[in-house]
Amino acid sequence: MKTKASVVVIGGGVIGAATAYELALRGWKDIVLVEKNTLFSGATARCGAGVRQQWGTEMNLRLSIGSVKRYETLAEELDYSHGIEFSQTGYFMPVYSERQMQQFEKNVSLQRKFGLDVQFLPPEECRNIVPIISLEGLLGATYYEKDGYLSPFHTTAAYAEAAMRKGVCIEKNTEVLGFTMEKNTIRSVATNRGEISCDYVVNAAGGWSQEIAKMVNVALPLYSERHQILVTEPIEPLFRPMVMSFTHGFYTQQEPNGAILMGVGDPNEPKGYNMDHSYHFLQTVAALVTSVLPAVGKARVVRQWSGLYNISPDKAPILGLPKEVTNMYLAVGFSGHGFMVAPMVSEMIAQMMTNEKLSIPEAKTQLDIGRYDRGELIVEPSVV
Amino acid sequence: MNLKDDNTIVCRCADVTLGEIKNVIRKGYTTLDEIKRLTRAGMGQCQGKTCRNLLMQIIAHELKISQTDIELSRLRPPSVTIPLELLVKGDTNED
Repeated sequence: MKTKASVVVIGGGVIGAATAYELALRGWKDIVLVEKNTLFSGATARCGAGVRQQWGTEMNLRLSIGSVKRYETLAEELDYSHGIEFSQTGYFMPVYSERQMQQFEKNVSLQRKFGLDVQFLPPEECRNIVPIISLEGLLGATYYEKDGYLSPFHTTAAYAEAAMRKGVCIEKNTEVLGFTMEKNTIRSVATNRGEISCDYVVNAAGGWSQEIAKMVNVALPLYSERHQILVTEPIEPLFRPMVMSFTHGFYTQQEPNGAILMGVGDPNEPKGYNMDHSYHFLQTVAALVTSVLPAVGKARVVRQWSGLYNISPDKAPILGLPKEVTNMYLAVGFSGHGFMVAPMVSEMIAQMMTNEKLSIPEAKTQLDIGRYDRGELIVEPSVV
Repeated sequence: MNLKDDNTIVCRCADVTLGEIKNVIRKGYTTLDEIKRLTRAGMGQCQGKTCRNLLMQIIAHELKISQTDIELSRLRPPSVTIPLELLVKGDTNED
């Protein structure tokens, strides 16, 4: 393993792999990515794989629109022959209350300002998009056909392999144990496989990012929380878009092979690093999803799993330097939607480190950690 | 198994061939989890009950290691497939 690096990127999920690539693209040499397990083994591997642009804040819209645009051509850009399985089959978001209707009307008018042709469907048209949806209590839905999903595994592999071709070293099974500091600057990273001296560190450790920050005495306002997903065996095609209900708190999608994936947040889930599975989740998600999509009931569950959301106070990411340390860039706090904004986020971290103008110039002063002290939160009205 | 014919189907649920498995191993994705995630071998109806042993033979052969040195992937519930509608009707006992 190298003992000297310009940048040590911590985390082999999509954010870490993409950031390593974006740095190498900008001419950085001697980049080392360390990952305590294997590539795509944490939250990236466990996520729902969806990418949506139907957000309710300008920042989330910019992050997701820019990312989807990049994803559309990413496999070619990264010369990844397998492809990243990007499929734009849309997100369908049903509405069940007047209050939600008003919020969605606001969201859609903002989304249209950003050029997204989001449709607002009356109940009788919902079945044109999701033929199996129950009409009970349904007041309508929003639908955007350019939302979609892609393989988190192949996307991360594509970034990582392209990064390696540009000289990035990827060290798997390499766990960060601590840092050597000189005043408030990191001089080296200690790992279970040896020490690496470095000029910069990127903290892209996902669910463990606050633990990494703690090692340099930075208290991030983040916590991790288990979220669970199940997948069924393949059945005949029933619906194409991701169906995401804020009323019920679930999202579900039928994959091209016919398998149906579904997840739901648990309001009683304790904070922490638990990645076990629960029977309670199976029952909860089964009841909620079949109440909206009854025909799904006959599908047989083959597997359930879980992963960690890394949750920030406003459920928006934190990007940039903390005030206590001069050279640990943060790419943390994605709150369950890191995969869908990874291209923009990684590009902007690399731009910050290279002193380039950011793709979203406002990100510098709006996604920094200082926003919490200033009380300038980016409160997203539409998350599950 | 015959480790020469790359057209051999290793995972019958997801139609994954020996050649595809060897390909990802040779790119450096050498654990059962990485292979599963990139090829889908072991993600289907049987959840790897059929192909796991074959995958371990292939990994051991490719890396020239013993099968006992291969880290197992985590086995996730349910142990047999179960319809969602049955879960809705089922009792709430975690056991």
